[in-house]
Amino acid sequence: MSEPAVASDKLKTTPLHALHVELGAKMVPFAGYDMPVQYPDGVLAEHLHTRGAAGLFDVSHMGQAFLTGPDHETTARAVEALTPGDIRDLAPGAIRYTLLLNDKGGIRDDLMVTRTLTDGVLFLVVNAACKDADFAHIAANLPSGVALERLEDRALIALQGPKAAEVFARFASEAATQSFMTARDLSVAGVPCMVSRSGYTGEDGYEISIPAKDAAALTKKLLAEPDVKPIGLGARDSLRLEAGLCLYGHDIDETTTPIEAALGWAIGKRRRAEANFPGAKINLDQISNGAPRKRVGLLPEDKAPAREGTEIFAGSNRIGIVTSGGYGPSVGGPIAMGYVDTASAKAGTAVELMVRGKGRAAHVAAMPFVEKHFYRGN
Amino acid sequence: MSDIRFTDQHEWVRVDGDIATIGITDYAQEQLGDVVYVELPEIGKTIEAGDEAAVVESVKAASEVYTPVSGEVIDVNSDIEATPAGVNEDAMGDGWFVKLRMSDPAEFEKLMDENAYKEFVEGLH
Repeated sequence: MSEPAVASDKLKTTPLHALHVELGAKMVPFAGYDMPVQYPDGVLAEHLHTRGAAGLFDVSHMGQAFLTGPDHETTARAVEALTPGDIRDLAPGAIRYTLLLNDKGGIRDDLMVTRTLTDGVLFLVVNAACKDADFAHIAANLPSGVALERLEDRALIALQGPKAAEVFARFASEAATQSFMTARDLSVAGVPCMVSRSGYTGEDGYEISIPAKDAAALTKKLLAEPDVKPIGLGARDSLRLEAGLCLYGHDIDETTTPIEAALGWAIGKRRRAEANFPGAKINLDQISNGAPRKRVGLLPEDKAPAREGTEIFAGSNRIGIVTSGGYGPSVGGPIAMGYVDTASAKAGTAVELMVRGKGRAAHVAAMPFVEKHFYRGN
Repeated sequence: MSDIRFTDQHEWVRVDGDIATIGITDYAQEQLGDVVYVELPEIGKTIEAGDEAAVVESVKAASEVYTPVSGEVIDVNSDIEATPAGVNEDAMGDGWFVKLRMSDPAEFEKLMDENAYKEFVEGLH
C-alpha cells in the first residue's frame, strides 16, 4: 500500500473550508487549495447520489472575473481575440463554453463565458490551476477601454442532479424555468447571486456565484434539504469522466488542439470563416484535412480500470494513450478517454490497453458514457 | 493457533502452520475508500517478500499490495474479485486477498505485531 499524500500548510482555502471540515471531509491539496476530495459517505455514494438526487460541490477555487468594456461588441471582440468561440453573437444572459488558445492552436485553458445583462460586461469562469496564468494572459491582451476584474470575494458552488431544479426553486423560484446555459442575477434565500444553469457532471443543475460572506450560510441551507448532499472532488472527477467532459491538464493542454480534442464544435462557424483566432491556421487545416489523433472514449472489456498514462495498442502498434480513466460508478465498470491515431478513432474499433504490462481488450466508444439530462426549457 | 503481523505498507499476514493469509488493514481500506476492483495472482505462482501480490483499486486510484512473506500462492479470494466492496466491509477477515505456503517462516517473525502496528498508525496522524 502506498502512503497518502501529505498536505502542505501553505494551501489556500475557499470560503467553505470550515464547513467542509465540519462535515467530516477528507481534505487534499488541489490546484493550490485545501479541498474536499470526499465526505464520509465516500466517492461511490456521492457519485450515485448526484445522479439520483442532488449533489452540492464547492468549486470556489475556480477563477471568476468580470470583463468590462463600453459595449458588448467591444468586450466580446476582446475575448474573441483569444478564443475561437462566437462571443459576439451571445444573447444577453447566455453562456458559452470556449477555449483560450495559444498561437500553435493548443489549449491554454477551457472556460465559461457569460454575457451578463449589463451591456459590455462578460462573466468568465476559468480553471483553478490555470487562473493566474489565464487572467494575466487576458489582461495583457486587452484593448484600451476593456478591463478585467478578478472576483476574489466570491464563492462558487454547483448544485447538480435530477432533483437540483426542484430543490433550488424553493430558494429562488425563477430559476426553475431558466434554460440550460443561461445565467441570471437572482436573490437566493435573500442573497444576491449570479445563477447559471450549467455544470460539469452531465446532469441538470446550477452553478451559483455567491458573495463570500454569505456562502457558508447559504450552502448550509441548501445542504439542509433532504435531497442534497455535499460531494467532493473525487466524485466530481468520476461524474465528468462519465459525461465525457475534459479535465484540463489531463485530457486537454497546450499541446492538444480543439480538433484533436473533439471540441471542434466550440469553434464558431463565423470564427472559422474569419480565421482570426489564435492557432486558426492549424485548426482550420485539421478541420479540412483531418487531425493526426483524436480524443475518444474507451471501454475496457474486462473489469480492470485503465488509468491516465495507460498506453493504447492496435496489434503491436502503439496508437495512443489514456488521459483519464477509472471506474464509472453509474456505468458500473471501468471507463476511460484518451487520444488515438485518427485511423483508430471510430467507435467500435478494437484496441488493447496495456495495464500493468498486460494487454487488455477494449474498444473505442462514443461519449458520454451516461445519458445527459439538461433542461432546455418548455 | 493463528498469529497476526503487520507491515508499514498496511498489509496484514495471519499464519496458521505454514500457511499465510494476506490482506490489507482496516486503516488501508479506510484510506483507499470504496474498492471497485481487485486483481489477484495466479494460483501456483511463487512470490518473494516485497513482491507485488495483488492490486486494489478505488474509484480514484490503483494501489499495489505487496507480500511481506515469500512462498507459493495456494489460494486467492475470488469473492472479492466478484464483489470488491467486500474489502471495505471486512478487510481483516472475509476481505483477505491471498494465501501462501511460506518458504521462510522467519520472515513473518520480523514483522510488526498488533501493538507495534497500532502505534505505527497512531504516529501517522
